[in-house]
Amino acid sequence: MKEKIMLVDVSKCTACRSCQVACKNWNELPADQTENQGSFQNPPNLNPHTYTLIRFQEVEEGSSGIKWHFRNDKCYHCTEPGCMKVCPVPGCIFKTPEGAVVLDSAKCIGCKYCYHACPFAIPQFDDATEKMYKCTFCYDRQAEGLIPACAKACPTGAITFGDKDDMMTAAYARAKKLGGGATVYGDRVLGGTHVMYVLTEQSSVYEKLPVDPKISLSVVLWKDILKPLSMFSLLGGIGASLLYYITKGPKRPTFEEGGEKHE
Amino acid sequence: MTNHWIDFKNSDCILVMGSNPAENHPVSFKWIMEAIEKGATLLCVDPRFTRTAAKSHLYAPLRSGTDIALLGGMIKYVLDNNLYFEEYVRDYTNASFLVNPDFKLPNDNEGVFSGLTGTKTTEGYVSGKYDKTTWSFQKNPDGTTKKDMTMQDPHCVFQLLKKHFSRYTIEKVVAITGTPKEKLLEVYKAYTITGSPDKAGTILYAMGWTQHTVGVQNIRAMSIIQMLLGNMGMAGGGINALRGESNVQGSTDHGLLFHILPGYLKVPTASQTTLQAYNEANTPKTDDPKSANWWGNFPKYSASLLRSFYGMNATLDEAYGYMPKIDDGANYSWLPIFDRMYKGQFTGFFAWGQNPACSGANANKVRKALAKLTWLVNVNLFDNETGSFWQGPGMNPEEIETEVFLLPCAVSMEKEGSITNSGRWMQWRYKATDPPGEAMPDGEIITELFYLVRELYEKEGGTFTDPIFKLTWDYGFKLPTGRIKQCNPHAVAKEINGYFLQDVEIEGKLYKKGTLVPAFKFLQSDGSTSSGCWIYCNSYTEEGNKAARRGTADPSGIGLYPEWAWCWPVNRRIIYNRASVDLKGKPWAPEKAILWWNPVAAAWEGDVPDGPWPPLAIEGGKYPFIMKPDGLGSIFGPGLADGPFPEHYEPLECPIEKNLISPQFVNPIIKRWEKDGVPELDLRATCDPRFPIVCTTYRVSEHWQTGVMTRWTPWLLELQPEMFVEMGKELAELKEIKNGDRVIVKSARGEVNAVAIVTARFKPFTIADQIVHEVGIPWHYGWRYPNPELKELRSANLLTPSIGDPNTMIPESKAFMVDVIRKEG
Repeated sequence: MKEKIMLVDVSKCTACRSCQVACKNWNELPADQTENQGSFQNPPNLNPHTYTLIRFQEVEEGSSGIKWHFRNDKCYHCTEPGCMKVCPVPGCIFKTPEGAVVLDSAKCIGCKYCYHACPFAIPQFDDATEKMYKCTFCYDRQAEGLIPACAKACPTGAITFGDKDDMMTAAYARAKKLGGGATVYGDRVLGGTHVMYVLTEQSSVYEKLPVDPKISLSVVLWKDILKPLSMFSLLGGIGASLLYYITKGPKRPTFEEGGEKHE
Repeated sequence: MTNHWIDFKNSDCILVMGSNPAENHPVSFKWIMEAIEKGATLLCVDPRFTRTAAKSHLYAPLRSGTDIALLGGMIKYVLDNNLYFEEYVRDYTNASFLVNPDFKLPNDNEGVFSGLTGTKTTEGYVSGKYDKTTWSFQKNPDGTTKKDMTMQDPHCVFQLLKKHFSRYTIEKVVAITGTPKEKLLEVYKAYTITGSPDKAGTILYAMGWTQHTVGVQNIRAMSIIQMLLGNMGMAGGGINALRGESNVQGSTDHGLLFHILPGYLKVPTASQTTLQAYNEANTPKTDDPKSANWWGNFPKYSASLLRSFYGMNATLDEAYGYMPKIDDGANYSWLPIFDRMYKGQFTGFFAWGQNPACSGANANKVRKALAKLTWLVNVNLFDNETGSFWQGPGMNPEEIETEVFLLPCAVSMEKEGSITNSGRWMQWRYKATDPPGEAMPDGEIITELFYLVRELYEKEGGTFTDPIFKLTWDYGFKLPTGRIKQCNPHAVAKEINGYFLQDVEIEGKLYKKGTLVPAFKFLQSDGSTSSGCWIYCNSYTEEGNKAARRGTADPSGIGLYPEWAWCWPVNRRIIYNRASVDLKGKPWAPEKAILWWNPVAAAWEGDVPDGPWPPLAIEGGKYPFIMKPDGLGSIFGPGLADGPFPEHYEPLECPIEKNLISPQFVNPIIKRWEKDGVPELDLRATCDPRFPIVCTTYRVSEHWQTGVMTRWTPWLLELQPEMFVEMGKELAELKEIKNGDRVIVKSARGEVNAVAIVTARFKPFTIADQIVHEVGIPWHYGWRYPNPELKELRSANLLTPSIGDPNTMIPESKAFMVDVIRKEG
């Protein structure tokens, strides 16, 4: 029942896509009919049956230098998940002690609040079933003492999985060894994410990776302020009425208000 | 490979050239990453910035087809800067040998070696042939080879090497390859540090080197570098071919190519009418007591092979008489096969586990050739472009009379057996599930065919039936009829290992009839032993099925894992390992020692030594390269068809008008098909304004070969759904092509539809002051799936030329000329 971290070390990723295929294999997800849109990246984005994706990004440097970044993208399994905060269905999104944030699609009503509340835009809506889907952190495999499918399949050790303390130590050591601007990503946001990265460059370089991911102010205002306030007001209003009824009783007609006219 | 996959982690410098391991051998990258973690440098030389380049410390671009220029420059760099490992070169190679004074280098001979006769044209020699008499060594009166151990004599191999590569200056190399000068020097500097005795450099190569008209010489060039730097036989060194199929190593070992029998025995020729003549022609001799000359044992292996086919049903001489022979000098490889097929010279064809309509160079010629057959048997998992050639694009089924059979076969998980990987490791695999429907394992299909052919001969008679009737077929439990019930892979594996066919006494020990031979040193030339493949003798013995072992102990610490599966020969994980120690048997690199001589015990310790003899400094010691008649590494290699040294020649189709190194434009001895082949199909367009762009072909992680398995796997097709062409931004702008546009790529021989991937990873080359663009295409696609109704042209080989390397005939699929045009509408 120890807290777990998945570490994605982009320096070791060769974009072989074993992770993408292993995930589909384990979760029995169907393939799409895709088109080549001028990139190796396919499907082009996460979707209801693509829970993880390798993002390909070319960055030119100077006149002849080039870098080709490969980043495995999936749900970050936040300690303070925006999706769970806004989900109106009790038990539809829940956390496990290991850190998985699981979206039980069967219970989902398709309101899409979770998509809007997620700083990374991870949960995906399926038009056919009208439900949301995302990575489960293979919590079902974890329950049997197995590691997530993507980590198991990765041939170079770009994706590793283990106890939180060990993984945090490994992440910082790796970033230090890599040097040259390498950073750790995920530990300082949203209460700490259970999918963390060792990036070879500053996070601002990477596509679809917010530098400072936060749950949006509107969600915070709504859920943390307005909702309690309105609940307070509602209960307060009822409570005040009740108090008045008890102390002052119901309003009764006075002599001046009822009967004949007073001259 | 001389080494093996896990051994990469021991390297100090990994050169990836002519391959792309991150994409095509993704699991191997685990070992490459381990080497990097230990401080190794990863160098990547490729026309295009690949997924491997993305992980490399240093990437250098080069124009497809110019590898010898770059490697030649490296050889010159090593020699000019004295970076070679002198002791190793002097004691373990033929660098000291004195060459025939009549031998001429291309420097003094119009770009060719001495002894060439051929037609002289403006391009130099064409359709040439070499008389190799001058490619020989000087002899002492007693017949031994004349040597100069100081390596100073102008006729010695070392000095000739220097002279030959003196022309490969940095400026010349840059002009030919298009590699920027600073990058070139960085590569040279980084790799040649492995000339230090305790450092090892390795080369990982694949089709990017072999599929050229100078393919074999590409690898020769690197072999010379590896010998100069003392990297052969070292942990983390060697010459490492990354093979393209999981069991192609096994296929080659068991003689599936026309010119060899199992165990790399040469196939007999028509003029070798007796077993004795055959053995004599193939058994080298040496009079140097320090040379092990292991091929001197040839007659033991040929006799044992014949016994494995015919058992005691025939004498050895009779059995030899049953063996098919090739006409002297004839070539029955891929390109000649389809040429003859097109000319109607074949009645039938088994396309067994292959898809020539997509995998054959000049695929239009292949597809048309299939239409000339009377029958075609397509053994495969799914129907494909070959089995359905008759309904492919441009085909009119009404006019085609070929009868086509599809025999569905089992895939690897549906049958038991072994697979031999690039590292020579034979690993046993188990059956996970039954094949679907009527699909059968290949062994069963062949068994059925054998019995049916034999029955037909029994019923109808025929010419020379003994080769069929006398065959043994002992691959499993026999029914009362004499037929085997089922083809048992264990029985096959045991026959490959070999048996004693009678009681044999060897060095005082008796080996009983019917027992398995422990190792190939026990095989006999008198017919008392059998072995279906001598290099696999030791794999399945009385101790059991060694290929099935899964021991994880690694006492060496360098990843040898001697108890995991089994490798040939005799479980020696790194071959030529006698070169990893000095004359006294002390390792050059103690930190990654493979073996060492224990003087007290007077024995080797560590990996299986390349022969038990002591090191050279001790009485009875032998040279390290035991498979060569003289026991030494060949820096001068007279055995190859096109020269004892590699020389840069341009590909058959190239973007410049002449070879900048010499007046000889293209390899002088390659077989030219423009006249002898099918002139209207075997077209060549070099330096042709219609096709100004260099094109190369390659693979992606997500697909395999012609895609017959992977296009039919939805999760893989989703990742890489369709044919594409990668091109640089500069070229795209010239052609008004945007990323994602649909385009046509065409060559003199055909055209394909593709999606354009416009990328910064392909940059134009400056070749002799001329801007040259290059594009690249994968060869995984074909019309049969998906969307067969479109009958779309998608196969890269529709563009490639039918021209092959003069040693192997492997087609030059990696460098030819095309044009790319945006598709309208």
